[in-house]
Amino acid sequence: MNEFGNISGIIADMAEQLSEEIARTGKSNPAMVGIHTGGVWVAEQLHQLLNIKEPLGSLDISFYRDDFTRIGMNPVVRPSQLPCSIDNRHIILVDDVLHTGRTIRAALNELFDYGRPASIMLVTLIERSGRELPIQANIVGRHVELRPGEHIKLSGPDPLTLEIKRTA
Amino acid sequence: MSGNTLQLDKNGRLRHFLSIDGLNHHLLTEILDTAESFAGVTEQTVKKVPLLRGKTIVNLFFEASTRTRTTFELAAKRLSADVLNINITQSSTVKGETLLDTLRNLEAMHVDMFIVRHADSGAAHFIAANAAAHTSVINAGDGWHSHPTQAMLDMFTIRRVKGADFGSLRVAIVGDILHSRVARSQIHALNTLNTGEVRIVAPKTLLPADAKSLGAQVYHNLQAGIKDVDVIIMLRLQRERMQGAFLPSEHEYFELFGLTEKKLGHASPDVTVMHPGPINRGVEMDSEVADGPRSVILEQVTHGIAVRMAVMSMAMARKEVTPG
Repeated sequence: MNEFGNISGIIADMAEQLSEEIARTGKSNPAMVGIHTGGVWVAEQLHQLLNIKEPLGSLDISFYRDDFTRIGMNPVVRPSQLPCSIDNRHIILVDDVLHTGRTIRAALNELFDYGRPASIMLVTLIERSGRELPIQANIVGRHVELRPGEHIKLSGPDPLTLEIKRTA
Repeated sequence: MSGNTLQLDKNGRLRHFLSIDGLNHHLLTEILDTAESFAGVTEQTVKKVPLLRGKTIVNLFFEASTRTRTTFELAAKRLSADVLNINITQSSTVKGETLLDTLRNLEAMHVDMFIVRHADSGAAHFIAANAAAHTSVINAGDGWHSHPTQAMLDMFTIRRVKGADFGSLRVAIVGDILHSRVARSQIHALNTLNTGEVRIVAPKTLLPADAKSLGAQVYHNLQAGIKDVDVIIMLRLQRERMQGAFLPSEHEYFELFGLTEKKLGHASPDVTVMHPGPINRGVEMDSEVADGPRSVILEQVTHGIAVRMAVMSMAMARKEVTPG
């Protein structure tokens, strides 16, 4: 059940919009950072399509979550890896699903612990309803309206597939 | 004194960290894995994550300590907690306040976690048993009984240097086993992680009467005890805990049990040498060994921060769903 068709096709469209946006705003030589795990998969393809020279960075925001005391630790936290200094750099932050906005809030906090970027653009494969924070993406692959209790999940990395799941 | 019902919540997750005794392989591995992910935080520009922001942690030290207290303090600060250091010898117990009164007063200040070091075995258990439901207690060393975070940072160091296959390792713990809470915790941890062979090496006067029941092979001769071992953990001669004649002299101890480059020749060629510190140079080991290429003594100190961050954050997680 893949109602979203070819995910790589969506990402190719996103890459095109993104390079137009970079040209339009003059934010040249950006560095790209994906959020574990799904965001990194999407970022890997974007990174290749945009021909970004510097290696892709990755963020694991587990230590920056605001629900840590409720849901506990995830023992397998992959260390975040930023291949270059982010000071004064234009950063493209990539995630798979933008939902409440809390993941992005945590990722922004973590990024600022590494330095002071010149700007951050947010790119997300799926933008769904349910925002709890004033956060919006610059580039969106697909907008999805979900009913309460429905979730959308990206599986991958090869091939990438999207699935809408209902939790009871 | 397993204290297991005290240490784990009803879902089997860490609530207090009091001793290695009774914790299973899965939980010890989870501590090591979590510590591994915290190790990277130390390499960031901002050496801090906001996990325990707004939490208050009290270092309650009834006994002198530099390394353990400062690494606990740094670990708490790197988790963004607020830390209070209370050195009890300068405080109210001198004026006659009981341990329980001290505890109640600190609880009235809404403390979330106590890090406890005490000269009496069982002190951390006592505090955990009497503490308010929302607080966690971490044992930072109690008497001769247990020093679980030291044991875990040693396991972390061994895993980093030798890999995760403890089953293929021979480990010798050398020195003052009798007075050592570190040795007891290490033996528990090594056995729980299924270490191939665990040995203890000491003169008879520095071994407990029930040495054979500790879960390790007992040697009274250093050369035989370290033959072909992959890891040697030297222990400090705890002169402050010795009342009476355990040793003829430190010089003689060094002759028989002190580690030198020459004696290291009996061990495996790529042996790793560890020591929980502080070292008595020329008593437990030569400076040449302590500062030599096989020594990971300073790495142990660094690893202590990540391991303590892991234990603290694991104990503080899930508080809101399991309040008691």
